[in-house]
Amino acid sequence: MHIAEGFLPAAHAAGWALAAAPFVVHGARAVTREVRERPEATLLLGAAGAFTFVLSAIKLPSITGSSSHPTGTGAGAILFRPPVMALLGTVVLLFQALLLAHGGLTTLGANAFAFAVVGPWAAYGSYRLVRRLGGGLLPGVFVGTVLADLATYVTTSVQLALAFPDATGGIAGALVKFLGVFAFTQVPLAIGEGLLAVLLFRVLTVNARPELERLGVLRPAADQEAAA
Amino acid sequence: MTRRRLVTALLVLAVLALFTVPLLLDGGASEYAGTDSRATGAIEDTGYRPWFESVFAPSSTEVESGLFALQAALGGGVLGYVLGRLRGRRLARDADAGQAP
Repeated sequence: MHIAEGFLPAAHAAGWALAAAPFVVHGARAVTREVRERPEATLLLGAAGAFTFVLSAIKLPSITGSSSHPTGTGAGAILFRPPVMALLGTVVLLFQALLLAHGGLTTLGANAFAFAVVGPWAAYGSYRLVRRLGGGLLPGVFVGTVLADLATYVTTSVQLALAFPDATGGIAGALVKFLGVFAFTQVPLAIGEGLLAVLLFRVLTVNARPELERLGVLRPAADQEAAA
Repeated sequence: MTRRRLVTALLVLAVLALFTVPLLLDGGASEYAGTDSRATGAIEDTGYRPWFESVFAPSSTEVESGLFALQAALGGGVLGYVLGRLRGRRLARDADAGQAP
């Protein structure tokens, strides 16, 4: 999903930077508020950032004969809500743009919009929907993180299609072309990311129950408190 | 093996299978180029040329993969530290409460 440095026309690069900037600024405020109001959640905040740091570094083979990497932004969005991930995701992208020549500064806005804004909101929205429909925490986490991963790559495809319409097929034709590159390759990776997020949340529900209750991810267990 | 451990083991196996089975079935026919570079290739086919260069680019693929490994190691290290601390805290609480963990 990293659009390489210089690979968006300047107008598109500027437009996506303007679109992503408010989310990132709002995210920075959300992170400082989170740390100030819930200092005990800082450890988990580190875990959320670390999860996306690891997953976005690992390129994995897929059934299509291409390789790609997961995003890891969904888990943090479910824990801390999407604005927090807008900042953490952008920090990851900045690290990769500056040190790894992966992505770029001119395309940071577009990449942040796909990776740190659309992905986390897709995760949070679908997670909330599953919970509202009566689904449990882990099914919600699975659906949310899978969709965050896929939504990020679909967004990248849309961004590239808008910038590079097909000579004959126009924007729709280009979208089909870029989805062909990104979307199918991403399906098994997204499922893998969903399974890893489920593993993470299984560990957290056992070991970080107080934090998850305070974040509203788990309901306080009334029977346990009555027993204690 | 408890049911909980079994589920964990199955989840880990599923993740491994998801990424090793394509490699095995393929038998070395594919190059597994990254989708990001395939996208830039498709864009350059349209005649577009990038107008800005990376401020810093790793000088070789070895250095680049090393830096990617560094990123994964930093993330994995922090994640392991946090999960280890949370687990240690729970075990200490369980011991305080006089329950077997």
